[in-house]
Amino acid sequence: MASVSQLQRQFVEYTTSLYNEGYLDDQFTQLQKLQDESNPDFVVEVVSLFFEDSEKLLNNLATALQQKIVDYKQVDSHVHQFKGSSSSIGAQRVTNVCVHFRNYCEEKNLDGCLRCLQQVKHEYILVRNKLEALFRLEQQILQAGGSIPMME
Amino acid sequence: MATKNPTFSRPWRSGTDHFPDVHVLAVDDSIIDRKVIERLLKITSCKVTAVESGSRALQYLGLDQEKSSPDFVDVDLIITDYCMPGMTGYELLKKIKGSANFREVPVVIMSSENVVARIDRCLEEGAEDFIVKPVKLSDVKRLKDYMFGPATTIHEDNNKFNNINKQDKGSFNKRKLQQMSEISPSNSPSPSPPTTSPSPPTSASPSPPTSASPSPPRVSCLSSPSPPTSASTSPPRVSCLSSPSPLSPSASPSTPPFSPSQLDSPTMRLKVTNSDEA
Repeated sequence: MASVSQLQRQFVEYTTSLYNEGYLDDQFTQLQKLQDESNPDFVVEVVSLFFEDSEKLLNNLATALQQKIVDYKQVDSHVHQFKGSSSSIGAQRVTNVCVHFRNYCEEKNLDGCLRCLQQVKHEYILVRNKLEALFRLEQQILQAGGSIPMME
Repeated sequence: MATKNPTFSRPWRSGTDHFPDVHVLAVDDSIIDRKVIERLLKITSCKVTAVESGSRALQYLGLDQEKSSPDFVDVDLIITDYCMPGMTGYELLKKIKGSANFREVPVVIMSSENVVARIDRCLEEGAEDFIVKPVKLSDVKRLKDYMFGPATTIHEDNNKFNNINKQDKGSFNKRKLQQMSEISPSNSPSPSPPTTSPSPPTSASPSPPTSASPSPPRVSCLSSPSPPTSASTSPPRVSCLSSPSPLSPSASPSTPPFSPSQLDSPTMRLKVTNSDEA
């Protein structure tokens, strides 16, 4: 079983890589600033809301794009929501795809939209997996009696 | 008829250094954003009522009824998202500014879209400020600073908050230097300030105290669980395709090209937006 300091090192390395690879941006750090002893699960709570919301949005998007006559305003409105929520938690790569997605909506470009849907789903799954891994690491550290390193 | 004192002339309580009775009504259709803004406000010692729509906000304020005076709701600041289904933040702003009871309450608009025309319109309609999403702790602190006097967060002896203050000051200075260097030197003062500009944080105006009624803790979250959105039943949502918006700056890896945090007046902010949108 890894020692606390090993786990903490892992945590720091993993978090750093998430920022470096653009999965997370400064807004995620902002959320962490809002967590303290009185609200120790704040980040997990917000991110969980994001996961729930995202899954609904992805379903809605798939349905909207399958319609015989696609309502691009409706599609755009879902993407807008997705862009907002991902940006609020710092899921940068998801947000970036949403930007392109919205352009395709504006152009009423079905192919473009479908491709973006795949892309955004892909990026969402990636960031979800990474955040879950991060949270698991945090739990391991806490259970081993250590504290979560503060990231700059 | 007693006039409600403009909120930013509330006396700064030098003794206690916190503002237990600043009550903020937050309006946002996104549950994620509601949670974040609520936390941001609570951490800066505000009481928060968070609602999910403009109509719920009007309901809360008692403005949705024909009857003229509701049970008086004491709200010191309203912060609302711009893009919401049903009633936009702009429409909500107009209704608030058109009401007798709440027209003097400062309204701040939040939006992920950094569109000059939109910002202009809101400021012209009487919005106090315009914050580009995602909202940061420094945005909320700055807001509170110039509206209610220099803000210190609660738990002054709580080291963590002191660390946060230090961190924020650090990033504030860095970003300020960055922003200042980006501001075009050819900026001329804007023709007419749209609203009464908030005074800089240092002016602690010794105005007479506002109604001394002690306000009981009023933390409540009115965000009722709305039915899950599914494609077939979701209400028509506001599309923001209408305005020719440039690629949203929030997509860029770094923070948006400008952050209102560093600029003093709304009009200065507009100038920076212009040059940065090029």
